[in-house]
Amino acid sequence: MDQALQHLVNGTVLGGTYALLGIGLTLVFGVMRVVNFTHGELYAFGAYVTYGLVSLAGVNFFLSLLLATLAGVALGAVLELLLLRRMRKADIDSVMLVMIGAMLVLQNMEMFVWGGVAKLIPNPFDGSPLVFGPVSVLPLRLFVLVVSCLMLLGFWLALERTRAGMAMRATFQDPETAALMGVRVGWVNTATFALGSGLAAASGALLGPVFMAAPTMGDLVGLKAFAIVILGGLGSLPGAALGGFALGFVEEFAGGYLSTEYRDSFGFLLIIAVLILRPQGLVPAKERIG
Amino acid sequence: MKFAPYAFVAALAAVPLVLPSPYLLAVLTLAGIFVIGAISLNLLLGYTGQLSLGHGAFFGLGAYASALTALGFDIGIGFGLRIQVNPQPVWLGFIAAIVVAGGFGWLLGRLAFRVRGAYFVIITICFAQVLRMVALNWVELTQGPMALISIPPVSLWLPGQGVVPLVSKAQTYWLVLAVGVLAFLLVRQIVESRIGRALVALRSNEALARSVGIRVTHYLVVATVASAGIAGAAGSLYAHYVRIVDPDVFLFIYTVTMVIMVITGGKGTLWGPVVGGLIFGLIPDLLRGRAAPELQWVLYGTAMILFVMFLPRGIVPAVQGLLGRRT
Repeated sequence: MDQALQHLVNGTVLGGTYALLGIGLTLVFGVMRVVNFTHGELYAFGAYVTYGLVSLAGVNFFLSLLLATLAGVALGAVLELLLLRRMRKADIDSVMLVMIGAMLVLQNMEMFVWGGVAKLIPNPFDGSPLVFGPVSVLPLRLFVLVVSCLMLLGFWLALERTRAGMAMRATFQDPETAALMGVRVGWVNTATFALGSGLAAASGALLGPVFMAAPTMGDLVGLKAFAIVILGGLGSLPGAALGGFALGFVEEFAGGYLSTEYRDSFGFLLIIAVLILRPQGLVPAKERIG
Repeated sequence: MKFAPYAFVAALAAVPLVLPSPYLLAVLTLAGIFVIGAISLNLLLGYTGQLSLGHGAFFGLGAYASALTALGFDIGIGFGLRIQVNPQPVWLGFIAAIVVAGGFGWLLGRLAFRVRGAYFVIITICFAQVLRMVALNWVELTQGPMALISIPPVSLWLPGQGVVPLVSKAQTYWLVLAVGVLAFLLVRQIVESRIGRALVALRSNEALARSVGIRVTHYLVVATVASAGIAGAAGSLYAHYVRIVDPDVFLFIYTVTMVIMVITGGKGTLWGPVVGGLIFGLIPDLLRGRAAPELQWVLYGTAMILFVMFLPRGIVPAVQGLLGRRT
């Protein structure tokens, strides 16, 4: 029982960052109908910016977190203006191919600049775990969970309570009608992609000290982000949050009780199962499948 | 123009006689194996219009199936049962590669074609990832990250010599060329048949194709099986040529390489994957020593973006257009 509680805590901590990753990806798909293969690279970018600021420039970790997120927003905006804006009329497969090209470029630039060796970002907190009765958790991981939840909450408030959020939701539902209502869809797209990229960079920056920054880190994370988003229903925001926590729990429990080696593959098996049995996901967005 | 393909094959066949540089032959052999992979991917990507991003999985399955048949294996499958296979001749491995890859193609086709678009793409990616995890962790069968090593080279019956292993570069090169020509002809046969017409019909308008009675899923699965089988054959050639196979053959980057070859050459054209495959199969060697390997991938990524944005139909249709305009 104690072990199960510990897995529950670990799963929640993992799930928080997964939710953050998934929200960014699903937002971009929902608003722009773009399957964003660069999402994982933006995550790696966030981790590297944090590494560069903390370890090389000696900037405070918490300030670096903010700067890395902003850098992710800026890179996302550049990608949108440079590539996606010109692909508005293209079919979804062509856009996917362009994003795969962008992924290759970003990943290998990271490899070229930082080299193949993983970089360790120093832990800003005390290394000894906090113990709550039968479970224990590292302060760093608790911080990651709290920040993830705050960002999810802030994101939700921005989407529900601001004019920009309303424009984004309108475009999400129906881009043409939104344009007729005076929403400048082009700018909504840029803002959406920048925001989604910022969320990915933020998760990378947050998890940087937990794992390490490596050039190929984006690969697995990008695929997991797909898992999260599909689990929840492609294009569904509450679904992505739910899917993030679900994947966190599945990995943690299956990794703990079934097999550690296959821990990462449970996510993929889950996607295949969900897509075959329930392609609309756990919380279906209002859109056609296929 | 009519004899150009024959002249092209004859010129390729003459390379070992005219320029017997082992380095050049090695480069061309490896490029040829990837061209076969690209030819097989083109059947799915070009003619059915389905963006399958798990294609490297069939290549990897072929490589593992062939290598394991040739090396033999002895694994437990639970309940105290064991499967034991003694080392078999390489040609049997080649057939096993085609059968295993084709079988998984059938499975993936049956499962994945229930959905389309982004959903299909993501299923195919996950398929390759799961296989990579299996290859990494089922150490008893695959040796995991330690890789399968000492894979025997291809042996063939040659007139006057009996069954001999193909150790010379020229012999392997000719074998790859022969399999490549066969793959090309097979794809052409499929594309020009009833199946090919059905595929093109469903690529342009699936609902309409369905309404005139084309069994869409059936034809998509047939195309996937054929495509997977050819990719498996390429994987087998790869395993016995390089003589080492590790779980990295399932990496996304191999699939992406094949996709780039098909897109730049011209998807949905018979010669597109050949042209694209030769270009991107040879670039790494042209760049070797001149640029860091990362820059090669940056170049590939940039090429993919530029081609999709500015020349979406690829090199072959563009060149055909230019030639057509002149005459």
